[in-house]
Amino acid sequence: MADAHSGGIGRHARLALEVAFWALAFGALYLIPRKLLILNEIAILGLFALSLDLLLGYAGLLSLGHAAFLGLGAYTAGLFALHVSSDPLLGLAAAIPVAAVAGLLSSFLVLRGSDLTRLMVTVGLATVFGEIANKAASITGGADGLQGIAMGPLLGVWTFDLFGRTAYLYSLITLLVLFLAARRLVASPFGLSLRAIRDNPLRARAVGVPVTRRLIAIHTIAAVYAGIAGALLAQTTQFVSLDVLALHRSADVLLVLVIGGTGWLYGGLVGALVFTLLQDALAGLTPQYWHFWVGLLLVMLVLVGRDRITRGPLALLRGLASGPERKNPAPEAG
Amino acid sequence: MLTIVIDGIAYGMVLFILAVGLSVTLGLMNFVNLAHGAFAMAGGYATVVLTSRAGVPFFAALPLAFLATALAGIVLERTLYRRLYDRPHLDQVLFSIGLVYMAMASIDWLMGSQQQFVVLPEALSGRIELLGVAVGRYRLFIIAVCGVVVLALQSILSGSRFGSQLRASVDDARVARGLGIRVNRVFALTFAVGSGLAGLGGALGAEILGLDPSFPLKFMIYFLIVVTVGGTSSVAGPFLAALLLGIADVAGKYYVPQFGAFIIYVLMIVVLLIRPQGLFARGR
Repeated sequence: MADAHSGGIGRHARLALEVAFWALAFGALYLIPRKLLILNEIAILGLFALSLDLLLGYAGLLSLGHAAFLGLGAYTAGLFALHVSSDPLLGLAAAIPVAAVAGLLSSFLVLRGSDLTRLMVTVGLATVFGEIANKAASITGGADGLQGIAMGPLLGVWTFDLFGRTAYLYSLITLLVLFLAARRLVASPFGLSLRAIRDNPLRARAVGVPVTRRLIAIHTIAAVYAGIAGALLAQTTQFVSLDVLALHRSADVLLVLVIGGTGWLYGGLVGALVFTLLQDALAGLTPQYWHFWVGLLLVMLVLVGRDRITRGPLALLRGLASGPERKNPAPEAG
Repeated sequence: MLTIVIDGIAYGMVLFILAVGLSVTLGLMNFVNLAHGAFAMAGGYATVVLTSRAGVPFFAALPLAFLATALAGIVLERTLYRRLYDRPHLDQVLFSIGLVYMAMASIDWLMGSQQQFVVLPEALSGRIELLGVAVGRYRLFIIAVCGVVVLALQSILSGSRFGSQLRASVDDARVARGLGIRVNRVFALTFAVGSGLAGLGGALGAEILGLDPSFPLKFMIYFLIVVTVGGTSSVAGPFLAALLLGIADVAGKYYVPQFGAFIIYVLMIVVLLIRPQGLFARGR
């Protein structure tokens, strides 16, 4: 069944492609050592998009406020580094429960009502978080951002250097670990039940899937992923600003995911790569107005059809996806 | 106290005019149009350009802003929006966010990123004494204009032939088409009026909401609140929601400035938690 969707490539070829993808990602440390800072950004954005993919691509939950958890993770890690310990792994570990609790509690809000209400509530949540961060200036630094974060060496050995070597490696390894975990997750019975819910919640309920509980679980997991991405962002850039909670973050990550295609895990990573390179190129051309071209891209993407664009050039890569996917890429209303 | 109430009412009225078009496209036609604020911004900028550069008097600029954005609305509806009516919500969200980005960057490019001001005519500036409190004349003007619009909308939607055609088209497009109603035209016209009203709202509200290229994103959430909290079954629902939002926001910013915009979001979340279908929605 997997072969039917893999565009005719066999399992071995797929495995080879996958290994090549990650080998390239790690090889970039030596191949393009001057670009590690932007690669670090790509890895983090990829992780963020991956977390949205779990939510949107697999469970069909549309969110326009996913930056809430990114920001929460970033602020947690930043504050942890400032006040408790500068150890990066401890900071990462601190962000996880915070994001998990926020994801769990907010899931009760998010899962109420229809698509439309959900859109609103997610935007509202991110805005409330942004407003809290803005107003609690004594803790978060308000509009000035959280400054003066100094990170200790990773595992007590590798210090964060100016060129982003440690930062990139740290982000990439975290991404790889979480990616593999996500792949296990979506291929598990739990992941299958999510897809059943996405395709038809009523039918899923009828065959005995505990719909609400499953959705709460995936929402919490996605929040944790986003929180970790935020923590990585705070630790590797050593700065947190209100921008991490801004609405355009949530919109951008949606775009990233859509560029790469939803529902096959690699979509977020490919999208992050394309998006960041595109942003870099466009910002070089028209520094102030690059959002115009992003907007145009979005409009074209929708008018031409998301499927057609992502299916063409990525058909080969799609074979990399672990499971049989992509039957119903767009989450249905309701 | 009364000043705050009147300011809040004026604010809420503007929000209503801005959002009422959205309550039709989003609520009735079930199309998630996040670019609604872009039309409002267009109306605001049209007024600024007309009054300050072309020398058109303010009172003439308002209907022109309405017409200009209505025209833009109908063109976009015929060329782009129409194709997306039956697409999934994700597509509509992406598409309209794309439009917002484009509109923001274009305005930034054309007019610069600084805040724009509408020069009010002499007759509307200053304050007058009303029931012992000083009230801005412009606020009263807004309340009067918006009041007229609300009454007109209500009577058109519930009383006129067009209103019944619209309701029929929304209820069941296929049957309406079978009865000889030109559904596409009804939708296009509705969309145009909705965009035009957004433009009018943007023109009226430029003074109290502020106008700069980030307008569509900044106020998108406000429009959405009005629509979702107000429900979509009548004009009255969004109207009351807009008033409530306006007064709560103004009062909140006045009495507890440290919480700022916070109150309305919490209020919205609480309302949606208790009544996911909106505060004033009838059960379907």
